[in-house]
Amino acid sequence: MTHLTLSEAEPLPHWEEPALPVRLLRWLRRDPRAAISLGILVIILGAALLAPWIAPYSPTDQNGELILAGPSAAHWLGTDDLGRDVLSRLIHGGANSLYAALLAVSVALVIGLPLGLIAGFAGGWVDTVISRLIDTFLSFPAIILAVAVTGAMGIGLTNAMISVGLVFAPQIARLIRARTLVVRQELYVDAARCFGASPARLLIKHVLPNAVQPVIVQSTLLLAVALLAEASLSFLGLGVQLPEVSWGSMIARGYLYMSIVPEQMYAPGVLIMITAVAFNTLGESLRAALDPTTQGHG
Amino acid sequence: MVTRVKQRMVMSRLLQALPILVLATFIVFCLMQLIPGDIAVTLAGENASQERIEQIREAYGLNQPFLAQYGQWLWHAVTGDLGTALLSGEPVAQTIARTFPNTLLVALYATILSVLIGVPLGILAATRSGSKLDGAIMGTASLGVALPNFWFGMILVLFFALTLRWFPATGFVSPFEDFSQALWYATLPALALCTNGIAEVARQLRSSLVEIQSSQHVRTLHAKGLSPARILWLHGLKNVSVNLLTVVGLLFNKILAATVVVEAVFAIPGIGSSIVKAVLEGDFPVVQGAVLAMVVTVILINLVTDLLCTLLDPRINAS
Repeated sequence: MTHLTLSEAEPLPHWEEPALPVRLLRWLRRDPRAAISLGILVIILGAALLAPWIAPYSPTDQNGELILAGPSAAHWLGTDDLGRDVLSRLIHGGANSLYAALLAVSVALVIGLPLGLIAGFAGGWVDTVISRLIDTFLSFPAIILAVAVTGAMGIGLTNAMISVGLVFAPQIARLIRARTLVVRQELYVDAARCFGASPARLLIKHVLPNAVQPVIVQSTLLLAVALLAEASLSFLGLGVQLPEVSWGSMIARGYLYMSIVPEQMYAPGVLIMITAVAFNTLGESLRAALDPTTQGHG
Repeated sequence: MVTRVKQRMVMSRLLQALPILVLATFIVFCLMQLIPGDIAVTLAGENASQERIEQIREAYGLNQPFLAQYGQWLWHAVTGDLGTALLSGEPVAQTIARTFPNTLLVALYATILSVLIGVPLGILAATRSGSKLDGAIMGTASLGVALPNFWFGMILVLFFALTLRWFPATGFVSPFEDFSQALWYATLPALALCTNGIAEVARQLRSSLVEIQSSQHVRTLHAKGLSPARILWLHGLKNVSVNLLTVVGLLFNKILAATVVVEAVFAIPGIGSSIVKAVLEGDFPVVQGAVLAMVVTVILINLVTDLLCTLLDPRINAS
């Protein structure tokens, strides 16, 4: 390999960053596992959003003549203990489960991002106080804190998932704090400060966009954890309440009639697992794609 | 041979744990202030007279300033008085003493299983990294992380209890009454809980071993003609054991939390089922006391793992 000096080299072509959809497509072509995960998630999310139109029955319609029936042409996955169509309940339940996961992660971001940004940017005693608080919350067993907060705020899916979000928030805060500590030392932040940018502008315009990458990865991974948390809390009776349905509450129901129709318990569990694996795989792929040290990997 | 450097580190770790412990108790105390409505009214029960409510406010110190209430509650908690359950009237400390050992047994059992199964899998995957076996182990591990424990527990009940009748489906025997029976009952719950742990231990161990094996000094050892098994043992596993200890400490805490849900599947009278029952019944002294017990346990376990790592890590001795 010959070494070219700068004067011998061809002038660099004008480099333009391709548009986001183009980069996304390139990334998905390079990383088939991410593409498959994204595909699965799009299908599941699509089914959840279109639930009222694509579900063959209403999730609450009872058919007294078909109790705990096995799969048939009319009911592909059979009917439950009240004669309700299991497939329809799965589709509607998925909508609630995904809503729950998104809610929890959104709450975590809304609380965690500002806390972490402020701690990392302000430094000093503000950082010490917030960091101690983060450490303490992280030492709480997550699901137990969520159960207790749900108890204090009132039982129900929305409250339960806000609790889960509260429990996740310190993870986000710690991550963004660590990144902010690095980014605030960067030259462009100094430059913006010299030009008289206010702290708020510095944070939102310069620090946040450059510190947010690990948070995107973590949020994707947390969606999987939140989905499992929804299932757990609804199973315990603290999450979704009758007559609403979620994958977690379907497992709880299926457990009661496990010895008669075990397949009704399998379906929601398998869906939870597939969705969680898809979120995890997508998160790992994002981590690899966003990490400059592993460029070209996968 | 605890050097002075280590002594100082141990001291600083202990000092760091103290504010976290105090802050945690404060958070648990504040948690119960989130309950909408007047606690005195709740405590007095339905249709209580105004006098009775005032009496209770006085008796529980609810008319005192917030921080004074916290101080009083903390002092009572330290001396072992966590109040009494609203519904059963049982002292909360007694409820915890009755249920926590069951939870700890299941969680410890699951942690041991995770290590016993996860470590060999991790070593196997690392020594054959890049092979089909490695791919299969790591693929299964990513499923294991996403497996809802309680759901897996139900499937275990279906197969091993209802179909094969090898294990009891639900119920529990206190380890203090009959330890072997307790282990017998705890086996399916522990199996249900250990899947995430196995996956985590195997993943972590594999990645640290692969990292070490690609390092310069291990390559030199290969060149010197040491057998791969010897290198793995002397230079691989010994190096990652401290790392593994941290993983196991965190894992135990995670499993302890996950036990809450699994206890419901197996009808285990553990601390998790007491918390859930109390939350559903609005019995907040029990919630408060049981959550406090859990949090303090977790913080102490973190502290002990931290201290062990400090003591075992050979690098700290150097300076």
